[in-house]
Amino acid sequence: MSTPPTNPATGPAESLDTDRLPAHEDPGPQTVTLAAVPLTRGSLPRHAARLVLLGAVGLGAALFAAGLGATWGAVLAAVAYTVVIYLWSRSVEGTRRAFDRFVTAVVSSAFLVALVPLASVVWTVVDRGLARFDTEFFSYSMRGVVGEGGGVNHAIFGTLIITALAALISVPVGMLTAIYLVEYGRGALARAITFFVDVMTGIPSIVAGLFAYALFELFYGPGVRMGFMGSVALSILMIPIVVRSTEEMLKLVPNELREASYALAVPKWRTIVKVVLPTAIAGIATGVTLAIARVIGETAPLLITVGITTSDNFDPFDGRMATLSVFSFSQYATPGIPREAYFDRAWSAALLLILIVMVLNLGARLISRLFAPKTRG
Amino acid sequence: MPSTTEKTPRRGTVQRPGDRVFAGASTGAGITILAILAGVAAFLVIEAWPALWASDEEMPDGEGLVLYVWPLLFGTLISATFALLIATPFAVAIALFISHYAPRRVAVTLGYLIDLLAAVPSIIFGLWGAAELAPLTVEPTQWLADNLGFIPLFEGPASATGRTMLVASMVLAVMILPITTAVVREAFLQTPRLHEEASLALGATRWEMIRMAVLPFGRSAIIGGAMLGLGRALGETMAVAIVLSGSAGVTFNIIGSGNPSSIAANIALRFPESSGLDINVLIASGLVLFAVTLFVNMGARAVINRRRDFSGAN
Repeated sequence: MSTPPTNPATGPAESLDTDRLPAHEDPGPQTVTLAAVPLTRGSLPRHAARLVLLGAVGLGAALFAAGLGATWGAVLAAVAYTVVIYLWSRSVEGTRRAFDRFVTAVVSSAFLVALVPLASVVWTVVDRGLARFDTEFFSYSMRGVVGEGGGVNHAIFGTLIITALAALISVPVGMLTAIYLVEYGRGALARAITFFVDVMTGIPSIVAGLFAYALFELFYGPGVRMGFMGSVALSILMIPIVVRSTEEMLKLVPNELREASYALAVPKWRTIVKVVLPTAIAGIATGVTLAIARVIGETAPLLITVGITTSDNFDPFDGRMATLSVFSFSQYATPGIPREAYFDRAWSAALLLILIVMVLNLGARLISRLFAPKTRG
Repeated sequence: MPSTTEKTPRRGTVQRPGDRVFAGASTGAGITILAILAGVAAFLVIEAWPALWASDEEMPDGEGLVLYVWPLLFGTLISATFALLIATPFAVAIALFISHYAPRRVAVTLGYLIDLLAAVPSIIFGLWGAAELAPLTVEPTQWLADNLGFIPLFEGPASATGRTMLVASMVLAVMILPITTAVVREAFLQTPRLHEEASLALGATRWEMIRMAVLPFGRSAIIGGAMLGLGRALGETMAVAIVLSGSAGVTFNIIGSGNPSSIAANIALRFPESSGLDINVLIASGLVLFAVTLFVNMGARAVINRRRDFSGAN
């Protein structure tokens, strides 16, 4: 951080102010056209931004207290902050610095705006979902239930069975493909696989469901529904995620480890199994957990391959099963009487689903923290 | 990168059976993935085949496949396009905030917060859009219809329930925000440090540094990330299925109560009750969706990979 030179023309009294630049701001040189123009121009006091922000928030709070909606209060506060800081900075620091402050305000507000949906979604689901978060909800199925009561016991098991089967299919295929890409893959085949794994990431989930249906219809005839079809559809969505994350982790394994192993005449496959995979296992487990979290909430493919049922069915090879996501959708889309009972169940199932996903996400973080290979000692 | 430094075994190395099995298994897994993708295309074509050759009278609405799919394709494209228009500026701003504005200590956590949006299941976004967001938009859309009705998009009459194309697009925008942000953020973080420091040293303000060093470097990532988001939005099912009550045909009016449904939502809503040729028709529409998303995603990957080749950051 350089100190702006003291200009004799402006005198030491003014240069004191220019010395106090905000710590994160670089003193930009200003256009100098005449010798008489001071080399440095003024800058806002160090806490200018914070003061204006405080004022703007105060204004927003005052408007909110005066009966305006919270949304409008926040919007007006943001606009007020942007305008005030821009005009103030423009009068003191010039247009370039003023525009810089303007962009800072806009970018920061954009970030805050993006957090609103996240907060709103979580708040809505928790608020409405708690209505039916009781023991009956977890221990009963919907068999014979009309109106109030009933639970999601059958859907919880359906979700767990179908997702576990999907993981059972995707993890070996995904991991072996990643091993191929990192350890063996050369040339056109490896490039093609890399490219199509990327493309596969973008397959719409409903298309994966249609594929599973088309595949099973050939063997079982039209109208077939079974849990395993859902697992196949989910594994189409899951495989590319597993490949991608495993590949990233295997690439992080230092080559020295492989070379040391080869130097001891260890065969390549044993090197991979005993050296490379154990080193990367924490990252791979994290990736697999995140992949499970990604597919456990899928609705569309399960809706058209597994369907929905009201009673327990724990056999994934025989007929319809219930899953949490489809349960939530069907309760919401085709409510009976009283409607509130159906909506409450839909929101409670959604809350349970979001809890499962969040726990899986946190679990993934924990795995990567706890089982990360020690770099020293 | 292992591929550049790893020594390939010299010729004459003993090939143990274990090696052969392992190499075969992993190569086989790779080929399986290619086979699955080819299988997806092949089975969809097989199942869609009867619908492609059926006469117009046999169609669900008796007008032929093209006229059946077109309004749905239009609904898909228009919802995804508006989602893209809403999400991309936010994604760029958020990526900039995380990479260049936020204090470094909290930047990772903030990025994680945005990634959490991607973890929320789509059904929950759908429920949220229909129950929370839709009622909020009733008054603003009424205002739009009254005051800006001369623009075809806001022609009105505004929907009384708020379950409009606008809300569907907003929900889709929230859903594609994380993936676009992630791609753009990665590119911004890779901006060569020397470029940034050079422009700061020449006296640029932070915004001028971003405009001259960061944005040109990340331009293709912005395009690629936006296209990836577009691919997501095109195929997103539940949010549209829950928010929209798709009924009307092609219309640009995004705040009315009659909206075209999207391909994916139409499949999800009709498939459970369909049988016979209707199934084939739905699968044919799914094939169209598959082709469109495949095209968009391949384009996006090509743009992103081209940047990787020429970025000079590696």
